[in-house]
Amino acid sequence: MFAQAIESIFKDHCTPQTVRSIDAGASADALYAAIADAGFLELLAAEADGGAGATMQELFPVLSLCGAYAVPLPLAQTLAARLLASTHADLPSGAITIAPALVERGGELVCPQVPCARVAAHVIAAKANALWLLPVATARVDAIVPGSLAATLRWSMSDGVQLRSAMPASSLAALGAVLHAAMLSGACKRVFDMTLQYGNDRLQFGKSIGKFQAVQHQLSLMAEHVAAASIAAQAAFDCGARAPSLLASAVAKSRTSEAAQVVSSIAHSVHGAIGVTAEYDLQLFTRRLHEWRVAHGSEAHWNRLLGEAALNSGEALLTDFVRGVVA
Amino acid sequence: MGNLLDNFRFAALPAATDVFRAEVKAFLREHLVGMPADVRSRSWMGFDADFSCKLAARGWLGLTLPKRFGGADLDDYSRFVLVEELLAAGAPVAAHWIADRQSGPLIHKYGTDAQRAFYLPRICAAQAFFCIGMSEPNAGSDLAAVGTRATRGATGWRLNGRKIWTTNGHRCHYTIALVRSSGTQEDRHKGLSQFIVDLSLPGVSVRPIVDLTGDAHFSEMLFDNVELADDALVGTEGQGWEQVTAELVSERSGPERIYSSIVLLDRWMEWLRHAKGNDLKDEHVAAIGRFAAHLSTLRHMSITTTSKLVAGESPLVEAALVKDIGTAFEQEIPAMIETFVGEDPAAIMDPDLLRSLAFVSLIAPTFSLRGGTREILRGMIARGLGLR
Repeated sequence: MFAQAIESIFKDHCTPQTVRSIDAGASADALYAAIADAGFLELLAAEADGGAGATMQELFPVLSLCGAYAVPLPLAQTLAARLLASTHADLPSGAITIAPALVERGGELVCPQVPCARVAAHVIAAKANALWLLPVATARVDAIVPGSLAATLRWSMSDGVQLRSAMPASSLAALGAVLHAAMLSGACKRVFDMTLQYGNDRLQFGKSIGKFQAVQHQLSLMAEHVAAASIAAQAAFDCGARAPSLLASAVAKSRTSEAAQVVSSIAHSVHGAIGVTAEYDLQLFTRRLHEWRVAHGSEAHWNRLLGEAALNSGEALLTDFVRGVVA
Repeated sequence: MGNLLDNFRFAALPAATDVFRAEVKAFLREHLVGMPADVRSRSWMGFDADFSCKLAARGWLGLTLPKRFGGADLDDYSRFVLVEELLAAGAPVAAHWIADRQSGPLIHKYGTDAQRAFYLPRICAAQAFFCIGMSEPNAGSDLAAVGTRATRGATGWRLNGRKIWTTNGHRCHYTIALVRSSGTQEDRHKGLSQFIVDLSLPGVSVRPIVDLTGDAHFSEMLFDNVELADDALVGTEGQGWEQVTAELVSERSGPERIYSSIVLLDRWMEWLRHAKGNDLKDEHVAAIGRFAAHLSTLRHMSITTTSKLVAGESPLVEAALVKDIGTAFEQEIPAMIETFVGEDPAAIMDPDLLRSLAFVSLIAPTFSLRGGTREILRGMIARGLGLR
């Protein structure tokens, strides 16, 4: 029910043209206001705090839609901030993103490659076993890749305030990852739908290219990875806890990240030259597939964590270890 | 057109299956002592009639069949759990495998009361082992091209032709053969029927075929004027194609399409823990983590397919999709372990691990052949996506 409502907002206010212009540097304020005015930022806030008290199962399709519409805001992170803060009143207004890491370098606090930093007002980061809230306004913002909303942020050592948190700071990394896993699964599905449509529409040799067996097999393989990404992400959110577990998040981020590479590759292969133009919408989604694959740790990062957990689990059967990975 | 992917909605095993799983684990601890890894690596190709009898005595053959036929009257979630545990342990399940997975359910669904009363209790008691009579020398992926023919006589039917690549045909009591009962090969899906053939009948000869590992796991079956009684026909004459399509859902949807190489993977992990100890390399750890991420995901996909079976649906395309991606995982395991096992030419490797690896590496290509080749499955997925 939440998903349907938010999708209708995205359809009106988050068109490919919106995404394109915000990616290029236009203001995201109107899109943010449309979502905030509808009350969606409080989806996960407790009902006592005036929120909707949505469950993780209810959150998943909303996050997936954030991927499917390439929402150029840290909406997933802003929603999840309501899980992190122990008191709703502690959170500032405006978009909040999550830093994959915070390091101290050269007498500064540095958050490298923060997703959606260019359209966020605040960042939540883990520092010395606590969660911190850092304002983007006082940061030095170093954009990295043209067209990407991610940026590396630097603050003076004394900047930011500690956040009274409802979750341990050590859980932030997995939370950022699992949010991106859900968005990756939604973006994979969108890219698949576009590619299937293109395969039906594009004519060569007098017929749709989707009628050629070689293309059909590519689309079938793509469908397998989209299905795998979707199930891996859904499984992590099938939990009664406040947030997905570490290991379920690791599985979800690893599997969706691996799928992202295959899905992007086949999508562009089927689309041909039009797919790599700025004008055609595919790039809005495939650029994000690559960026989100890397964000908060690619499969290389999470596979190591999973491998260590499996080897140290004491389980003789990998099946038993995997069965113990519950959301 | 996107409906196929929308069908992949996460489903969890009911908590009640945990009790059953504990019973299966206890049974396996008792009955699978001291089997070396290369023998356990035979997985669902390991034939041991005594082991099947023990499972039957425990009441676990024909798990989903009604109790009045000797079954356990449990649902497909329980069957998922039983199969998962048997395969993870490397239990030799081949003797009863086909009868339990597809022949029994097929007879239950399409058979007459008399056929059910005769065959199902024998299947549940491990007294009737079945093999699959589908492939022929000239009908592999193109299954509708079968040329084996049943001709109606004054009484019963006369069977002529041959089947090949029949897993354990030379060790089974019966096959369910897909044959032409009317028309010609040009009629394709029309005029095909399924017959239960007693492999001890005059005119039947079965020749084992030795495979590249040295095993003789499959065979060729010749039918030379085999006289079949009227009640050898199972289901409806001429409806063989529809029946075999339903049978293939049972064949493709189970967890064996994920677990065929799992004994090898566990054996390699055991070797890493003991031989390498603290000297584990990052790439070993990452490879195990990747396999864990894939296994976890595939398992959820397979449970999702099982949930369709429980709901009474026939998830033909979903099963094809899970089988294709599942067998790719099964094939990556020996490919990856082979490269790690050879990373140090001076290492004295555990021979049990090497034998397991050699077997799985050699047999792995068959994982994406039997039950429908990769190319056939991808064609089915494309059809499910509306591309054909």
